[in-house]
Amino acid sequence: MTAGSIIEAAGLTKHFPARRGLFGGDRGVVRAVDGVSFAIDPGKTLGVVGESGCGKTTTAKLVLGLEAPSGGSIRFEGHDLAALDAAGRRRYRRSVQAVFQDPYASLNPRMRISTIIAEPLVTNEATNPGNVRQRVLELLDLVGLPERSADLFPHEFSGGQRQRIAIARALVLSPKLVVLDEPVSALDVSIRAQILNLLRDLQQRLGLSYLFIAHDLAAVAHMSHDVVVMYLGKVVESGAARAIALKPMHPYTQALFAAALPSHPDEQREEVALSGEVPSPLNPPGGCRFHPRCPHATARCAAEEPPLIKVADRMVACHLLA
Amino acid sequence: MSTVSPPLLSLEHLSAHYVSQQGTRVVCAVDDVSLRLGAGETLGIVGESGSGKSTLALTIMRQLPTAARIVSGRMMFEGENLLDKSDAEMRRVRGKRIAMVLQDPMASLNPLFSIGNQVGEPLRVHEGAPVAKAWAKAIELLRSVRIASPETRATQFPHEMSGGMRQRIVGAIGISCEPRLLIADEPTTSLDLTIQAQYLNLMRDLQREHGLALIFITHNLGIVAKMCTQLAVMYAGRIVEQGPVKRIFSAPAHPYTKALLGSIPRMTDGHDRLTAIEGQPPDLSNLPQGCAFAPRCPKATAHCRAEAPIEFILADGHSARCWLASGSATA
Repeated sequence: MTAGSIIEAAGLTKHFPARRGLFGGDRGVVRAVDGVSFAIDPGKTLGVVGESGCGKTTTAKLVLGLEAPSGGSIRFEGHDLAALDAAGRRRYRRSVQAVFQDPYASLNPRMRISTIIAEPLVTNEATNPGNVRQRVLELLDLVGLPERSADLFPHEFSGGQRQRIAIARALVLSPKLVVLDEPVSALDVSIRAQILNLLRDLQQRLGLSYLFIAHDLAAVAHMSHDVVVMYLGKVVESGAARAIALKPMHPYTQALFAAALPSHPDEQREEVALSGEVPSPLNPPGGCRFHPRCPHATARCAAEEPPLIKVADRMVACHLLA
Repeated sequence: MSTVSPPLLSLEHLSAHYVSQQGTRVVCAVDDVSLRLGAGETLGIVGESGSGKSTLALTIMRQLPTAARIVSGRMMFEGENLLDKSDAEMRRVRGKRIAMVLQDPMASLNPLFSIGNQVGEPLRVHEGAPVAKAWAKAIELLRSVRIASPETRATQFPHEMSGGMRQRIVGAIGISCEPRLLIADEPTTSLDLTIQAQYLNLMRDLQREHGLALIFITHNLGIVAKMCTQLAVMYAGRIVEQGPVKRIFSAPAHPYTKALLGSIPRMTDGHDRLTAIEGQPPDLSNLPQGCAFAPRCPKATAHCRAEAPIEFILADGHSARCWLASGSATA
């Protein structure tokens, strides 16, 4: 949206072919991500919110280059990813790193911490071993682990410490954008705040941009500058995190925030009871994808898909607000 | 916790240990736990992984793994000590008077039996209901947990259900024999937000209809704030603070509870730093001398490191195991 964005996605689309039956051929596609646009400025965090099947992980994979988009484009520092040559793609991969949900699954149990953290460096840069060791120790210090951790194995660490190791590995190539896919969901409650604070500090010190994916709305609202709310592969609302948290506009966002658990027993929340469950993205409902569950749906909602338009301080896709 | 009538469940100085095969290593997973729960009340047990909250639930059900032993204490349920019961007697309590709902609904359902069969099973086993009657009751139960077209669903199998439906079906099995107490161990961790809200509202309705006492075992303080009237906070096998939810949320007495409440991000708190709890949860087989939280506690004194705190009663039903709470309390 602004010219200075580090990454900008426009009309990003990913359809997976779906096979039906043992002998059936291709029939239909799963519209995992359908025309999603967003931009992240340097040093800022974009939060992506939605329930399972809304396409947030597919979006992360598209940004990481782990999946090729079926349509739309991603521009990184102004360059279209699809137009990059091999060397350009290598540079892109170095600039974008990821931290995943489960630090018990994302670290190789047979590798020492120093090898784990140095691996991206060894793969991507021709540096001498002394420099590599130096860089590993720098990163351990950066994420708040003692130097002696370098020679230990993952099983010797707790969940929170493992996530620090995963963060160190993501930062070893000095990336510009880090994709955080549920980075604290697998951690203990008392450890979550440590990791969120660490991520916040690192962002300020290194000027990192984050794509923050989580289902914990309060954590997203706390960490993000901007938020994108997704439902069944579509963006239903996007804008400044604080504005959306304080006053959600789209009926789905309202229901989502009403469903979020209170932080105090005296906190009164308007109950917006949503009936039913998220439909299959293989066969999404026509018109507005949310209309079968929407408490305010009209005939127009079932017939016509609402465009994402600017309403007040944000973008919303809803006929009722147009 | 100060109900006039005798409580439904009362645990008195209950301890359960895991013992290694050689008997050399002992893990005190549940250590001197006392709590009371009245009929129709909702108790939240909060703690991190390894705090002993799930072991406590299994202790109440007398379903501990073979390596674990209940070493001391009493468990009074409806006036009887559950620890005096034989295994056969205990089988008649489990599922009938005390039921449990586990975290992973796919693991609690048998993939080879139809939903109607599984929901009706406790009725056949505990009440000797004939198959047709159990099936009819199963359909009724499925309807009460808001499964659409229960007649068809009863003939289907677990893999044909969504995650939220499976969790509701497990709930239907839990309430099938109208138990007095339902223990739910992290019941909504695998569910999406809007589905979680549906499920919690359903639990609340079922509780009102059946006068059920509920124990929610969770690491999520939000669930406690929404659902519970009583709260017990566990740390390293011990209950460090317990009392009415509103009181603890407004005026936590134990530094761990305080830190836990302060570490949750809030919707509207902007971009301030969270108050994190430094350090790691302790290793239960190698607990520090004195208070287990002392190494992470910002206010720990020499006394805390030397001697484990006793339970101080702060107010009606509110107590904390912390030397620092002793000023305003009676032991």
